Amino acid sequence: MNVLVCVKRVPETGARITLTSDAQAIDTTLLGFTISPHEECAVEEALRIVEQHGGSTTVLTLGPAAAIEQLQNAMAMGIGEAVLLETDGSDWNAESTAAAIADAVRTRACDLLLFGNEAADTGDYQVGVRVAHALGLPCTTGIKGISIAGGTLTARREAGGGWEIFELPLPAVVSVKEGINLPRYASIQGRLRAKKATIERIAPEPLASALETVRLAVPPEQETHVEILRSGAEAARVLRDLGLV
Amino acid sequence: MVLCLVDDDPVSLEALTFARRFGEVDALVFGDVDVGGYVSRARRIVHERLDEYAPLAWAQAIVELEPELVVAPGTDRGHEVLAHVAARLGAALAANVVEAAIEGDVLNLTRQRWGGSLLEEARLRGSPKLLSVAPHVVEAEPAGLETTVEDFTPALGDEHFRVRVARREEPEAGTVRLDTARVVVGGGRGVGSKEGFDVLEELANLLGGAVGGSRVVTNLGWRPHSDQVGQTGARIAPDLYIACGVSGAIQHIVGCKGAKRILVINKDRNAPIVARADWAVIGDLHEIVPAIVAELRSNGS
Ligand SMILES: Cc1cc2nc3c(=O)[nH]c(=O)nc-3n(C[C@H](O)[C@H](O)[C@H](O)COP(=O)(O)OP(=O)(O)OC[C@H]3O[C@@H](n4cnc5c(N)ncnc54)[C@H](O)[C@@H]3O)c2cc1C
Ligand SMILES: Nc1ncnc2c1ncn2[C@@H]1O[C@H](COP(=O)(O)O)[C@@H](O)[C@H]1O
Repeated sequence: MNVLVCVKRVPETGARITLTSDAQAIDTTLLGFTISPHEECAVEEALRIVEQHGGSTTVLTLGPAAAIEQLQNAMAMGIGEAVLLETDGSDWNAESTAAAIADAVRTRACDLLLFGNEAADTGDYQVGVRVAHALGLPCTTGIKGISIAGGTLTARREAGGGWEIFELPLPAVVSVKEGINLPRYASIQGRLRAKKATIERIAPEPLASALETVRLAVPPEQETHVEILRSGAEAARVLRDLGLV
Repeated sequence: MVLCLVDDDPVSLEALTFARRFGEVDALVFGDVDVGGYVSRARRIVHERLDEYAPLAWAQAIVELEPELVVAPGTDRGHEVLAHVAARLGAALAANVVEAAIEGDVLNLTRQRWGGSLLEEARLRGSPKLLSVAPHVVEAEPAGLETTVEDFTPALGDEHFRVRVARREEPEAGTVRLDTARVVVGGGRGVGSKEGFDVLEELANLLGGAVGGSRVVTNLGWRPHSDQVGQTGARIAPDLYIACGVSGAIQHIVGCKGAKRILVINKDRNAPIVARADWAVIGDLHEIVPAIVAELRSNGS
């Protein structure tokens, strides 16, 4: 099994997001960077699958040279190889990102491509599906459970309080959600190994998109008038008044 | 034509309500869903092989109708089907839209980023235009329209069934779904332990509600991830959300801001969630929650 997992470098936003003065981006001067929780789980899942079935793991990102930090973090967890699709750091749309990822993986022998269900920043919900189409592979999204047997991947998705279960022939593309596993921490040895590992670099070209950002905005605070209650008994009265009991 | 994808997820009716701003809307209905009053025309998908969800088949039904604009609910299925349509047609897709208006051949829209912590104003060009509607930003409202329902059978081949639901596991009888619960009792780090949730369960049971939690409690294994409310968990819209020992980080708030009312139990008056609450009890939840339960029980309910 050769598993490739796609992650995206995003700012680690705190309690309040601050924008640049032209409202085109998040002001990241004081922020660290990370990847989405879904993608952390995708990295963990890649490791678990290969621990169970053997094979290789690769992490791929499209972003600025600084995104090597996110590749190294994944390698520190145990991922074997890394690919950087290097950009100048500008925002790439979903179409361009998917096309560049598809071009980069087309020539690699991958049995499974793992994605996050949605990137933490753009939340576009589509890159994985677009890559699957470009490569002619079956795909499924929003997955919280994967098992593999005899060339078939079984994927579980939460639906209406229960589960819907898909079966896909490999190779396939799967977008996963947080909750599929609890990601491990990187070991010290892993960190040292990651620092020394070589990273393959490719320089892709962006495409135009029919979706163009005008500006970003922080949504207005919806502060409410809060009534302070003095006890549990008073809270119980509120519940009664609401007709809940 | 403006098409709106409708399935059995209640968020579909919100999307349908949203889509009416574009004028006449055709509902494309998968499964047994009543859209009476919402639109003047509904097309019910009937196909002998389409007894279960199959994303490529649903996408094919949309593509076959050659719509100019497609609206879908911002759900797993809505996003998945639209992404397939987008990829097949080389069209752009705007996810989790909260506002939109047509201006000539451009769609000016506002959409959620960062799970709703940030908004993006954008222009969508080309055809078809594809958008999903963020859950719980509009209330589902019928428009008193006379609805005619036609059957529609898309031309489907084996390739459209390459991925489909092979089987289902139904929820355990008696479980209240978090995303549609009328009351949600949520717990955060302040609950302190797995066992600490027992009394929250009890309160939820008394109110016919579901238990939810923050990312901290799912990461600590106190609750299953399916209970998580927030950016990487469920978007809830109950009549009442009771948040116990939850600080109200932005990534949590985006999941619960669809709640009509919020009651907070927190020992910190300055926790961000208090500023979002309608009522707050400031103190130790380990005393207050049992007191609420005891009071509700004592009056014979
Ligand atoms: C990309 C991303 C996605 C995320 N997605 C989610 C998500 O989906 N959902 C989510 O919840 N978080 C999410 N988070 C995490 C989020 O930022 C917070 O870390 C998390 O919500 C905090 O959880 P908490 O409120 O339980 O814990 P804390 O922030 O530690 O708050 C604990 C609260 O409990 C109170 N308390 C403590 N003891 C008591 C007591 N005895 N009685 C009463 N009150 C008490 C404290 O005053 C405090 O307010 C995400 C983060 C990122 C970066
Ligand atoms: N720049 C990127 N580099 C690598 N993977 C990406 C990038 N953007 C998106 N992805 C992957 O695609 C998933 C879905 O992203 P999106 O469609 O943008 O919400 C993410 O969780 C990542 O796994």
